[in-house]
Amino acid sequence: MEYFIQQLINGLTLGSIYGLVAIGYTMVYGIIGMINFAHGDIFMLGGFAALIVFLIVTTFFAGIPVALILLIMIVVGMLVTGLWNWTIERIAYRPLRGSFRLAPLITAIGMSIVLSNFIQVTQGPRNKPIPPLVTDVYHLGGLTISLKQILIVVITSVLLFAFWYIVNRTPLGRAQRATEQDRKMAALLGVDVDKTISITFIMGAALAAVAGAMYLMYYGVASFNDGFIPGVKAFTAAVLGGIGSLPGAVLGGLLIGLIESLWSAYFSIAYKDVATFAILAFVLIFKPTGILGRPEVEKV
Amino acid sequence: MAISPVPASDNLMGKALKEALFAGVIAFLMFLLFVGIETYQDINNALVWRTRWTLLAVFVVISVVGRFVTVAFIRPHLDNRKLNKAKEGIPDLSEDKGFLRKHFLKFALILMLAYPFLSLLIVGKQGSLKYVDNFGIQILIYVMLAWGLNIVVGLAGLLDLGYVAFYAVGAYSYALLSSHFGFSFWILLPLSGIFAALWGIMLGFPVLRLRGDYLAIVTLAFGEIIRLVLINWTDVTMGTFGIAGIAKASFFGIWSFDTGSPTSFVKAWGLSASSVYYKIFLFYIILALCILTAYVTIRLRRMPIGRAWEALREDEIACRSLGIDTVTTKLTAFATGAMFGGFAGAFFAARQGFVSPESFVFLESAVILAIVVLGGMGSLTGIAIAAAVMVGGTEILREMSFLKVVFGPDFTPELYRMLLFGLAMIIVMLFKPRGFVGSREPTAFLKERKAVSGSFTKEGHG
Repeated sequence: MEYFIQQLINGLTLGSIYGLVAIGYTMVYGIIGMINFAHGDIFMLGGFAALIVFLIVTTFFAGIPVALILLIMIVVGMLVTGLWNWTIERIAYRPLRGSFRLAPLITAIGMSIVLSNFIQVTQGPRNKPIPPLVTDVYHLGGLTISLKQILIVVITSVLLFAFWYIVNRTPLGRAQRATEQDRKMAALLGVDVDKTISITFIMGAALAAVAGAMYLMYYGVASFNDGFIPGVKAFTAAVLGGIGSLPGAVLGGLLIGLIESLWSAYFSIAYKDVATFAILAFVLIFKPTGILGRPEVEKV
Repeated sequence: MAISPVPASDNLMGKALKEALFAGVIAFLMFLLFVGIETYQDINNALVWRTRWTLLAVFVVISVVGRFVTVAFIRPHLDNRKLNKAKEGIPDLSEDKGFLRKHFLKFALILMLAYPFLSLLIVGKQGSLKYVDNFGIQILIYVMLAWGLNIVVGLAGLLDLGYVAFYAVGAYSYALLSSHFGFSFWILLPLSGIFAALWGIMLGFPVLRLRGDYLAIVTLAFGEIIRLVLINWTDVTMGTFGIAGIAKASFFGIWSFDTGSPTSFVKAWGLSASSVYYKIFLFYIILALCILTAYVTIRLRRMPIGRAWEALREDEIACRSLGIDTVTTKLTAFATGAMFGGFAGAFFAARQGFVSPESFVFLESAVILAIVVLGGMGSLTGIAIAAAVMVGGTEILREMSFLKVVFGPDFTPELYRMLLFGLAMIIVMLFKPRGFVGSREPTAFLKERKAVSGSFTKEGHG
């Protein structure tokens, strides 16, 4: 039983990270209906930004409290990554808006290739290890919970609340929801559609950057091709939860995290990703639009 | 007020300058961390950093100049061209083509048939190895894969992001059956195609109800599942080590291309030993496979099933109300596309003599899909051109050793191969969202056949 709960905790931690990345996929999909394939690499970029900031901060301000380092890593990562995603949207996606559906998908795949290779060329192909940042571990009965895990879950919850608040309670969120429902009508009613979409990309990237920083903190290593597998899993999470639905993305992320850790614990680590993808296919057979997705209405 | 096509130029220059400065600031902030700072491991394996201000300055200057040129010159030029085009009215697409364009296919075919001998004549035996293998065979493999995927994506409008799975099935079918049972290439080539087609149907069943992006993610997941199983099922597939020493294809069982064999091709013809003959033979096999793919695609388009695919792509609901069985239509599309992927896979295994899961990553699927879309979906010629440009272009980059003179001896062009590939994908899409060949010859027509713009064909919703 304790083993099971331990695995649940591990799964929850991993699921939080996937959930944060999945929100970026689902928001972009909801608002302009495209799969942002480069989002996984945006997540990787956020991890690298955090890594470089960590190195600079620890060189110049030795002995600074860890909490402050983490805060700086996350904030700078969010800003830089947000800027990147803003630029990418301007260059590669906006000119193709209203073009046929596969065109932005191809530029997104191209962007994903460019981003990971850009980091490979500029920062080198080797894995980048950092010394462990947060090492505290608590024992609760037979359970071991590390401070890292608590931090990840807490930061994710806070961000999710902030995010929920923005989308549901602010004028910006209203503009986003309006754009999602009917872009042309929203534009007619005075919503600045271009700006709303840009802000959506920045928000998605900021969340991915936080996820990237936490991934770096959790595993202590960054690599240029870290973007693909977590990116695909986060995308899987978004689809599993029902793409376009925000609670769905979080739910999907948690589910994927749980499936992964429970499968590795009870069956085999080697096939954990196979299990994740197989369950995705299985769920979609019975619920073709995901768990919380709205059924698609076909219009003639 | 008269509308002048070119705005007052000093105004434009001012605007361009402002935008260029803005781009410079953005580029500085973007590249500050990733280019301005280099992280590396020192002797103690600890991660340290140093600054690279010159490189950062180069990046920022390139952005500023690039933005300035775009706003000041390229954009007005494009606008002007658009305006002139609009003035001319609709171009008559049915006008007589030139002699070269009319017989383009024949010329292309003759050139392809003569290509290995031309390269033999020009650069000799050792030199032509590179041209026949790295350029000829490599490009033709991608042409074949892209034509196969074109059936699924371009004709039936089903977005498949896991096409490489069928390529893998074909390659491993050949590798395993030939090394365990000693079957020959000519038996296993069709078998591999059939196995891949069966896998195509297996994938097709669960995704029949899915549409659009749900279909895309499940096909992607399928591709990843196949790759992960290949990695982890070490008893059969040898895992990441891959299967080596796969038998070569023989000349229809008459001559062998193994040097030690008594029926060696080289001995039979009294030639000096060289691997170039095998490569030339492989070149003709893949050329024949490509021609088969193209022929089948063209013929299928005129058959009821091909028309059903295209109808499905245009409008699924209309299709169903006209009594077209969408289940069989989708499954046959998946199976046919997968079959050609399987052929290509078996050929790949015979050519390499070695297969490992590393050859079947998602990136390959993405590259094949990119070739299909860049070529203009559904257009066989366009796809072949796209494959030649994209794959050939990245191969040429390998050869650019003269760049070392420009960028210093540490410069390895291969590192930049995929970076440039990705950039090329983005740039081509931005300028030609409909692909290289943007017009279509309709399959079914009223009265006369007329090429139409690609914008009139839909891409389907999965």
